[in-house]
Amino acid sequence: MMTAAIEMKGLRKAFGQHNVLDGIDLSVPAGSIFALLGPNGAGKTTIINILSTLVTPDSGSVRVAGHDITEKESVKRSISLTGQFAAVDEVLTAEENLRMIGRLSGLTKAEARIRAAELLEIFDLTASARKRVKTFSGGMRRRLDLALSLVVNRPILFLDEPTTGLDAQSRRALWDHIRQLARNGVTVFLTTQYLEEADQLADAIAVIAGGRVVAEGTADQLKSRIGGEVVELRDQQDEIIREIPAGSSIREVKKTIDELVLTAPEGSRINIRRPSMEDVFVALTTQEREESAI
Amino acid sequence: MIAQIKPAQSASVGATHAVFIQRSILHSVRNTEALIMAIMLPIMLMLLFTYVFGGALDPGGNYVNYVVPGIILLCAGFGSSSAAVDVAGDMTNGIIDRFRTMPIRSMSVIVGHVIASLARNLVATAVVFGLALLVGFRPSAGFVEWLAAVGVITLFILAITWLYAAIGLVAGSPSAASGYGFALLFLPYLSSAFVPTHTMPAWLRGVADNQPITPIIETIRGLLTGSPIHDSAYWAVGWCALILAGSYLWASWSFHRKAGRR
Ligand SMILES: Nc1ncnc2c1ncn2[C@@H]1O[C@H](COP(=O)(O)OP(=O)(O)OP(=O)(O)O)[C@@H](O)[C@H]1O
Ligand SMILES: [Mg+2]
Repeated sequence: MMTAAIEMKGLRKAFGQHNVLDGIDLSVPAGSIFALLGPNGAGKTTIINILSTLVTPDSGSVRVAGHDITEKESVKRSISLTGQFAAVDEVLTAEENLRMIGRLSGLTKAEARIRAAELLEIFDLTASARKRVKTFSGGMRRRLDLALSLVVNRPILFLDEPTTGLDAQSRRALWDHIRQLARNGVTVFLTTQYLEEADQLADAIAVIAGGRVVAEGTADQLKSRIGGEVVELRDQQDEIIREIPAGSSIREVKKTIDELVLTAPEGSRINIRRPSMEDVFVALTTQEREESAI
Repeated sequence: MIAQIKPAQSASVGATHAVFIQRSILHSVRNTEALIMAIMLPIMLMLLFTYVFGGALDPGGNYVNYVVPGIILLCAGFGSSSAAVDVAGDMTNGIIDRFRTMPIRSMSVIVGHVIASLARNLVATAVVFGLALLVGFRPSAGFVEWLAAVGVITLFILAITWLYAAIGLVAGSPSAASGYGFALLFLPYLSSAFVPTHTMPAWLRGVADNQPITPIIETIRGLLTGSPIHDSAYWAVGWCALILAGSYLWASWSFHRKAGRR
């Protein structure tokens, strides 16, 4: 068995003058959940489009499920995609959409009908199964879109911002579903703007900015990169005034607090916590921005 | 709950086509406005040409026998033009990306639109014939002539639908597609469809005699009413085959060119 489900080496892509991807190296082990983070316009969707054969890269070697990306037909047999923007047929009903994709995925009519019913249930769409998608709310459309890419399980699943627009309950349900897929051996490659999502779900995370990978590792590894504790300064209404990365030793934390005592307004409080993914993300991507601004 | 992992499975070419044809027919049936237009237009044109223009163009009342082939082609052109809008709609909607990332011949989605358009237009053609018989159309054709006439009409619809599908593929949006398609709808007026070309000024006659619609019209008219066909039949089939092959190639080239670039 191969160990890397997805492998990119020196991946480059420019749109006109704009170098969107400027040498990306990433490797995703089979059966893991991988999260790609980055600010808007960083090239997350572009990477997913390249991996799913929709966009041709300018250079670099890309392998998906053991096939070079130029062997499109073999790659397509191994992948399933939910893109950033809904890919549903608005004229058809939810059920018709699911059955159509089922038939196109090689299920018989009966299998496609059964699978459609199962997915409608899982994604809480049974009540709207016979309504045209045109009349769906944004979240319902998104859930159908996700269901469509799960009609048959391919070894690799791409999800571009899968939980954007979902309510908290649907989001949790999708997370559970993704974990279950990974347990069954599906490799999940997702992008997200919700850092908590990457934290909760992903075995490995990569952050891209300015066309390059600026950090890679598990959530814990990334958090430890920006050092130790974060001191939060809060006012009397418990609103955060400042967050100060404070190092990891007691001495460093005490020094930070001593300085705060002199400058903080009367009546403010502090709170010491471990850094969140958000701290990591802001630190990594602003650093990149500052560098590219010079 | 989880279906078994089936990496290599995919639909057969036959099943893929069947699914896309069914999809496009559902689209056609549910697009009520377009459907009403596709049925109303033949009725209105038929009545307009027979009762409003007919008296002036042929006081003997025989104009209906002359004009039926023209109305059929005019309606077929109009009916097929919605293929451009449908195709452009699909290409600008996210659904095409889903089809493209599946292990199927994704060009079949276009074939689905073409076949649905063919079915729609054959129904509209039947409506024209039915109405024409009601307002006094008296064809002299026997069974073989009818069969041949329907064959030529089918070939024409197929050719022009592929042309519209190609236009839909290169147009940036459904409304642009409908705009480009509109120009083609004037071709029947510059042919022998509504008046014999010898009544036109010489320069226009040169255009009318040598454009594809004229031999197609003359062939259908000859088959149905027994007017002389001469070599029009060869020209008609030749033009249709040429348009069909050219449009098919143009469409598949545009479809695949867009594939790696979006
Ligand atoms: N087809 C295209 N033509 C020209 N530029 C493009 C094209 N597709 C993407 N871009 C540019 O490439 C950059 C990266 O886009 P991409 O959609 O990959 O970003 P992203 O990381 O997914 O952003 P977001 O978080 O907003 O979804 C953007 O600057 C975008 O303008
Ligand atoms: Mg994106």
